[in-house]
Amino acid sequence: MRPLTLVEGGVTSLDRDDVDTDQIVPARFLQRVERTGYGKYLFHDWRGDGDVDLRPNPVLVAGANFGCGSSREHAAWAIEDFGFRVIIAPSFGDIFAGNALKVGLLPIRLERDACRAVVDAGTVRVDLPEQTVLASGRQWTFDIDPDSKHRLLNGLDDVAITLREHSDAITAFEARHDLLPLPDTTAL
Amino acid sequence: MPRTTPRTMLGKIWDAHEVAPGLLYIDLHLIHELSSPQAFDALREAGRAIRRPDRTLATADHSVPTDGTAAGSLIGRPLARRQVVTLEQNCEEFGVPLYSLGHERRGIVHVIGPELGVTQPGMTIVCGDSHTATHGAFGALGFGIGTSQAEHVFATQCLPMLKPKSMRVVYSGELGHGVSPKDLILATIGQVGTAGFTGHAVEFAGPVIEGMGMAGRMTICNMTVEGGGRSGMVAPDETTFAWLRGRPGAPADFDAAVEVWRELRTDEGATFDREVHVDASRVSPMVTWGTSPGMVIGIADRVPDPDASDSESGRAAGRRALEYMGLRPGNSLTELPLDHVFIGSCTNARIEDLREAAAIVAGRRVAAGVRATVVPGSQQVKADAENEGLDRIFLDAGFEWHHSGCSMCGALMEEVQLAPRQRCASTSNRNFEGRQGHQARTHLVSPAMAAAAAIAGHLVDIRDWSQGHATADPR
Repeated sequence: MRPLTLVEGGVTSLDRDDVDTDQIVPARFLQRVERTGYGKYLFHDWRGDGDVDLRPNPVLVAGANFGCGSSREHAAWAIEDFGFRVIIAPSFGDIFAGNALKVGLLPIRLERDACRAVVDAGTVRVDLPEQTVLASGRQWTFDIDPDSKHRLLNGLDDVAITLREHSDAITAFEARHDLLPLPDTTAL
Repeated sequence: MPRTTPRTMLGKIWDAHEVAPGLLYIDLHLIHELSSPQAFDALREAGRAIRRPDRTLATADHSVPTDGTAAGSLIGRPLARRQVVTLEQNCEEFGVPLYSLGHERRGIVHVIGPELGVTQPGMTIVCGDSHTATHGAFGALGFGIGTSQAEHVFATQCLPMLKPKSMRVVYSGELGHGVSPKDLILATIGQVGTAGFTGHAVEFAGPVIEGMGMAGRMTICNMTVEGGGRSGMVAPDETTFAWLRGRPGAPADFDAAVEVWRELRTDEGATFDREVHVDASRVSPMVTWGTSPGMVIGIADRVPDPDASDSESGRAAGRRALEYMGLRPGNSLTELPLDHVFIGSCTNARIEDLREAAAIVAGRRVAAGVRATVVPGSQQVKADAENEGLDRIFLDAGFEWHHSGCSMCGALMEEVQLAPRQRCASTSNRNFEGRQGHQARTHLVSPAMAAAAAIAGHLVDIRDWSQGHATADPR
């Protein structure tokens, strides 16, 4: 994934709560086996109905519980492919927020008032190393777990890190854990 | 951690699987055709193997036709065919056991895991599917993951994870006549909200859960994600053990395993980060009126006025939902003619669900103008139902009887999508905009409520039905 440090630019607002991943990418577009090219399906039905005018900007500001519903990573792929790097919302669906971090998208939780102020400002500066959001002279700080921050700042491949840092620990764990009578799916 | 510290079931399972701080070992990785192809591609690109094919199991459920098509290569629709064939090729290449089209063990991934006995107490279970919460009904920690995480599990059998907070939903009272586990979880989501469980693994407890069968517990845990929680859990007990005994994946020394499983339940005195109390005796048969599972009322209640909401965002969402659903505040949901009834999905397509629905349908006819479909949760459920003669009951009543698949729940393919503004009573889990087709209108209900709605041609209060009053048209 692309590293992310500073993001600066315009803001697109989607002022709705509980936006589920079926809206972000409708299920009928999930039958492709590729990982790229989902940007054109982003909010496909809402845009098609003239319901949403989605301007390309680096930052999307959304309502509470953004990305609830299904686990489809296609939702994060589509947002990233469309050109967004940061999503700011009062809260996110758990699975979506995790998926976003894996594809180089930064989900930032800010209070509703702060979200509104960012939208009103029209442009924003997001500083990941400092964990700050700056708009119209106001500044907010946000939380992110240190591991996710490190991976995002450096654009690191999760799998490679785990294999490099934990291979021995996994092997040692399995030596104990495999003594349990866990089901063997190859022997059903 | 000293053993004297009381722990929650979540805490015990987490502790037993932490390889390193924040790195969780995964006991079972379930996969299907929809969320896995890109993860296999990533493995190939990096030249990596699947670390534990023996802890991995695949099935085809989302993109399969339910007409009895016998192999992936025979699927008519090109995109669906390519997705299922890709799964078959990937599983062959990486040595993953697969139950694809034509296999008697195929079915919806969250139905076959328990059915095969590979879902067991104390395990960590993941799948690229949010309804992996279902498996928690067995006292496992099951949660949905994305495709990048699936790749990570393929390569390492682990996941970097932040431990979820713990939450307990304690039910008091008994379920009333005609009130099902589906109604209970819908009412609970209505109470806590669609983000009420966010960040938490939720343990469901109380006498009503202890007295519930495994199918009901699975329905409850399945929909935890509709309240924003990644995992739902129920303490394993005699009901759990009896259900698992003799299944293909069950441990050889079953009694020894049971002794270990008994230790999993939350210790007396353990504290949860949050606790919610729900009076089960006050729950009535539920139906969603809007476009999120939290927009739900008792069948005898009236559609609420969004302007009564205490937030501007709530008022806006309510108004939007009413317009989408073609409803007005004060409407009774029993007044609305239905176009379709769907009995299926990982929420409500187990044999127990089909029995409940068949008991309502027996000897009656589907109302004119209603298309009604039953899609069993697995090929095994289908076979069991046919052995019991349930297929005949449904077919004689005018229902369609299908092979297993996600069908109208995910509604991926045109033949299972409703037309704009068509209205459907559905036993599935999501009533989102467009979920069952562009501009389609979904009302989530229990299997019994869906069955009665198919006969009546509109939603009915199953409590009246059971007392024999609903044969007359309440309109």
